Amino acid sequence: MITLEALCREIAGLQAEALRRWIANDWVRPAGGPDAYRFEAIDVARVRLIFTLRQELSVDEEALPIVLSLLDQLHDTRRQLHRLQAAVDASVPADAKERIRDALRQVIVDAQ
Amino acid sequence: MALDLYETLGVARQATAEQIRSAYRKLAKSNHPDLNPGNKAAEERFKAIASAYDILSDPARRARYDSGEIDATGAERPQGPTYSYHAGGPRGQKYSYEGGFPGGDGGEEYADILGDLFGRGGFAQGGPGGPGGPGGAELRMRGRDRVYTLDVPFLDAVRGTTSRLALPEGKSMDVRIPAGIDDGQILRLKGQGGPGIGGGPAGDALIEIHILAHPLFTRDGNDIAIEVPVSITEAVLGGKISVPTPAGPVNVTVPAQSSTGTKLRLRGRGIPGRGDRPAGDQYVTLKIVLDPKDEALAAFLRERKAPADFDPRRDLTGAA
Repeated sequence: MITLEALCREIAGLQAEALRRWIANDWVRPAGGPDAYRFEAIDVARVRLIFTLRQELSVDEEALPIVLSLLDQLHDTRRQLHRLQAAVDASVPADAKERIRDALRQVIVDAQ
Repeated sequence: MALDLYETLGVARQATAEQIRSAYRKLAKSNHPDLNPGNKAAEERFKAIASAYDILSDPARRARYDSGEIDATGAERPQGPTYSYHAGGPRGQKYSYEGGFPGGDGGEEYADILGDLFGRGGFAQGGPGGPGGPGGAELRMRGRDRVYTLDVPFLDAVRGTTSRLALPEGKSMDVRIPAGIDDGQILRLKGQGGPGIGGGPAGDALIEIHILAHPLFTRDGNDIAIEVPVSITEAVLGGKISVPTPAGPVNVTVPAQSSTGTKLRLRGRGIPGRGDRPAGDQYVTLKIVLDPKDEALAAFLRERKAPADFDPRRDLTGAA
């Protein structure tokens, strides 16, 4: 967990004012209150991502909520896929896995 | 979580070189592995302290660390885990769009999820699944898969056939097409792809099947459909007609009072069964075709008094 000040030091060019605005917009959700925010690893990575979107990719703050909501939905789907993977991995016998793999590849038969 | 080097040594950011050195000595002494045999925690602490001191005792590296150019391990920033890495992990739930799934787990990169699950290659769709990296001298690698496409006439796909596939290097390969193959499916010829590297197994040839359209038959999964014209007499009175199927013509009984659009099912006359998949059916859709020279029928209808209560367009009432 690091503080807002430490985070602004870490990301060169990040203004505390901008970061506080992002938090107010609920784009970033650090623990603690305005006087003592604490950022965990995922918060830091998300701030870095937003910073990159704003600075390098010129996504303005009007468009950012749409980008973030799409990203969040994408990551939800990814986590579901991970869960599916874990479930299949833990419960499906090897020959069934082989069949699933073939179905995904649409390989229906081994010729010759 | 990246740890803070100053915290590790228990000094302030503004600490002088002397303060850092003395803090290091003090901590190193109390955590030195030789003074704490068998104490794993102390050993880990000692390593952290030593590497923190390694960076902070060097003014140039300390400056780079302070400005965020290098991280606590001395590695260039910001090559830490990406947001995607975190979002795919257990904490990703924090920024879930709307609740999402409870307690997502896993943390590997997305592209390989299904590949990990289903072994090498993962999806072959859209490209070779074989390894693509440069082969090191010690490497033993499976050869690349090679992807081809093959046009197959409709009836050949239904019945199965052997097709000759021309390979880019001028050779050709006979491919047995199993009965019932569907459009877009991929045939795998094991070991017919690129040669293995360092004694590794050869890759596979993956042949994507394109089925050519047929003038009479269409296909829906395991079923086949055909439209068959019947005369008005056959439709009204019923009778036997001959209908083509992929396996040859069969006699079909048209029930009396059939109409255009009446559908008959020829059970088992679709795609042949294979393994535990049962054979599909053929659906025959009737279409009444009038003989334009049939004056007698016209004359009869003119004389006849049609029942008043039949309106073929009753379903259209109110729809327009």
